Amino acid sequence: MADWEAVIGIEVHVELMTESKMFCGCRVDFDAQPNTNVCPVCLGLPGALPVANQKAIEWITKIGLALNCSVSEQSQFHRKNYFYADQPKNYQISQFDVPVCHDGHLEVEVDGVTTTVRINRAHMEEDTGKSIHVGAGGRIHSAESTRMDFNRSGVPLVEIVSEADIRSAAEARAYAQTLRTVVASLGVSDAKLEEGSIRFDANVSIRPGDDSPFGTKVEIKNMNSFRSLEQAVDYELRRQPEVLESGGEIIQETRHWDEAEGVTHSMRAKEGSSDYRYFPEPDLLPIVVSEKWREQIRSTLPELPAQKKERYVTLGVDQDNATTLAGGSVVLAGLFQDATERGADPRTVANWLTGEVTAYLRRADIAVEDSHITGQHLAELASMVVAGSLSATAAKEVLAGVMAGEGTPGKVAEARDLVQISDVSALEAAVDTVIGSNNDQFQRLVDGEDKVIGFFVGQVMKATSGKADPKVVNEILRRRAGR
Amino acid sequence: MTHPADFTISEAQGALEAKQLSASELLEATLERASLTEANLHAYLTIDHEGARKAARQADGRLAAGETGGLLGIPIALKDNMVTRGLPTTASSKILDGYLPPYDATVVIRLKEAGAVVVGKTNLDEFAMGSSTENSAYGPTRNPWDPTRVPGGSSGGSAAAVAAGSALGGFGSDTGGSIRQPAAFCGLVGMKPTYGMVSRYGLIAFASSLDQIGPFARTVEDSATLLAAIAGHDPLDSTSYPGDVPQFASELHEGVEGLKIGVVTELSDAGIDTEVLTAFNTTLDRLADAGAEIVDVSVPVTKASLSAYYLIAPAECSANLARFDGVRYGLRVNGATVEEMMSHTRAEGFGPEVTRRILLGTYALSAGYYDAFYGQAQRVRTLTIREFAAAYELADVLVSPTAPTTAFAFGAKTQDPLSMYMSDVCTIPSNLTGDPAISVPVGLDTAGLPIGFQVMAPSLGESRLFRVAQAVEDVSESVGRPSIEGLV
Repeated sequence: MADWEAVIGIEVHVELMTESKMFCGCRVDFDAQPNTNVCPVCLGLPGALPVANQKAIEWITKIGLALNCSVSEQSQFHRKNYFYADQPKNYQISQFDVPVCHDGHLEVEVDGVTTTVRINRAHMEEDTGKSIHVGAGGRIHSAESTRMDFNRSGVPLVEIVSEADIRSAAEARAYAQTLRTVVASLGVSDAKLEEGSIRFDANVSIRPGDDSPFGTKVEIKNMNSFRSLEQAVDYELRRQPEVLESGGEIIQETRHWDEAEGVTHSMRAKEGSSDYRYFPEPDLLPIVVSEKWREQIRSTLPELPAQKKERYVTLGVDQDNATTLAGGSVVLAGLFQDATERGADPRTVANWLTGEVTAYLRRADIAVEDSHITGQHLAELASMVVAGSLSATAAKEVLAGVMAGEGTPGKVAEARDLVQISDVSALEAAVDTVIGSNNDQFQRLVDGEDKVIGFFVGQVMKATSGKADPKVVNEILRRRAGR
Repeated sequence: MTHPADFTISEAQGALEAKQLSASELLEATLERASLTEANLHAYLTIDHEGARKAARQADGRLAAGETGGLLGIPIALKDNMVTRGLPTTASSKILDGYLPPYDATVVIRLKEAGAVVVGKTNLDEFAMGSSTENSAYGPTRNPWDPTRVPGGSSGGSAAAVAAGSALGGFGSDTGGSIRQPAAFCGLVGMKPTYGMVSRYGLIAFASSLDQIGPFARTVEDSATLLAAIAGHDPLDSTSYPGDVPQFASELHEGVEGLKIGVVTELSDAGIDTEVLTAFNTTLDRLADAGAEIVDVSVPVTKASLSAYYLIAPAECSANLARFDGVRYGLRVNGATVEEMMSHTRAEGFGPEVTRRILLGTYALSAGYYDAFYGQAQRVRTLTIREFAAAYELADVLVSPTAPTTAFAFGAKTQDPLSMYMSDVCTIPSNLTGDPAISVPVGLDTAGLPIGFQVMAPSLGESRLFRVAQAVEDVSESVGRPSIEGLV
């Protein structure tokens, strides 16, 4: 991508896990049988009227505060008018020029470099129903029929729009992941990309220099993982220069990421579809978030990832691990918290969590909640290493055993015969035996050939089936050699 | 002896309490009147014989247990834009032909709880858009006073039913005058409450910021009784007034001594028919004799209010009627794609006036035009609110004729939509401001057609409104009832 600057903005939709929908009392439940959580309001029946969900307003405010936004004391719902079968009223109640939250920012780290991505707004709206296409493999083209499920219609949705501050595909991914972690840490949404409770669209354009005017932007949809988000943006950042360099023009359009083919496809252009004829929603009063309420909501914010990371670093965790742990699974961070509160060394625990534990989970393809590891286990393991009853290598093996459900660290170490021998007198006996069978080598050690120590340590390890604590063995050998 | 179908609600309450007749008998009298007149009038789209009889029996049970008053056992007509569970609700449109709502409007629930007997659903201009009920997809309703003339609109069916005796009271909706104008044309008391006083949940929306449900009655007192049965906060309607409901009849008979009555000069001069103006001025003289001070009040913005209304209402309706697309309920006309299905359904399901207003509203909201049309109309609306608020500093109530004419003949205004829109010029301001307003019959013109006198009061001023309306009724000769023989 020589000579072109990438200009990327990300739009995020977050489904809130409130008990009831945004404008009616229907339950929010994604596993329910089709059309069982519906009522006149979310079906758009004649005569129905919306009533705003207060908890949703509280939670969007929480999201905005976590993203360093200003919160509007009064904001306005608007009707966004467009016809679509999954939109029961054929308008969406959304927000237009006065959103609940605005002018925030998020720090994003890519390869050790931190940048700030400004956030334009977070506004409140409602989700649509779902179209289920029957026949032709579930795609809309050549489907025999379409079934409409309105369980999702009316679920509270928060739309978060960044400024076009992102400059690479990697940064786009990092922004999305960081945002996702922040939202998940607030307890307002599952924020699972795979389940659709968080969705990302990217707006991508290019320009020749960093103070040239913005180029034509293209909207990319249908990226269902962080990896595909990065790949899709990357693809666009190769496609657009090719188009321009061959004399073509970038068309302002929406493109669909095709995971299988690794390309974006142009979606059938909808003429006039961008005039939504927004007007203030006459069925709803303005949303009021008083200073008092806002501050009360702010007091419920948990420790945010950036603050967490700083705290981990002061505890002695190395920078990379601190970033990973603070920005990753809340459950993993919780284990770290629990273990260190029980006295485990933060640096060691952080290494295990970001290393062995994460690798195990990936191999076994499970979530950490579904493994057997607890903070107590980690603390126990750490104390065993400190006490010398487990070598660092053995500890990793024990960790795997604990995660697989074989029992506590003590039990697993016993069962797998990994308990290290640190007892000095026991090891002295072993050392003396080895010395006894290798007198010439020992003489060389006494005479000053340091590298012979390795040989002796190796022999002692062999004699003790690897269970001798090498540090203690080393020390005994030096004493014996008068060194 | 008055035929029970011609009782006022007060008289009916008395008769029921004195056990002179039962609720079931009262209903039968009403149903008999309906069966005599409906072939001619077509006030009703659906008469719910079974449901009404059941409700009357239940009312009789409650009466027997000693309960009295309110609307217990009183036969009521409901405009067919209020959803009734299990009873067809069409908004007089083909697009809802046969639609059976799965829920009751809040107003309907309250009426049932009060023991009212819902006789059936009455005709209207399609989706409440019109001033004559000629826009109904199911045929017009005739004015009981003269069947060659319109009953007014859009709540023409409820007005005709109550005027003819096919119900003792009725409810309609008023967005630009759709209760008050038919009340004037049919010799009834028709009233639009303060916006938010009555729940809109279950009222098929035309213009969300303007619509209100209100009563049709034979007397001012009945009107207050009807309103009291339905008014009050509804948590299902976010625009519903959360405060205490005023005691509507609290100052009903206090008269107008010492009150200042402001004549809105812009609504009471040129453009009003001579006979209507004469009746209006006669009433003013009588009110002055009764002790009121009559003052002229100028509200210049009213000249622009009609235009503002005919941008705001269509704009809101264009969004409110978008849900009628054949996907989930009502008429569906098939097409090769979903878009085609929706557009064929709507083309076939909507009548010309509804189509006209949807197009007008869509245009007024569209990019590049929003500020000049919808935005400008809202600014005029704000000015209307302010000028009326200032006017209420100068007078306790404001008055005008209800409509520029008496009931016109069928077809007289259908050729030119704008001339039809002009019928609303006096009633529209109260919809824009949200203030309550009422029409009281004050006489008949030389053709024997009723003339309506409009009183307007500040928001939440229903008690004062009813008080002045009662005084108007007291000083006027009763218009009586239309002759039924000519309708049979």
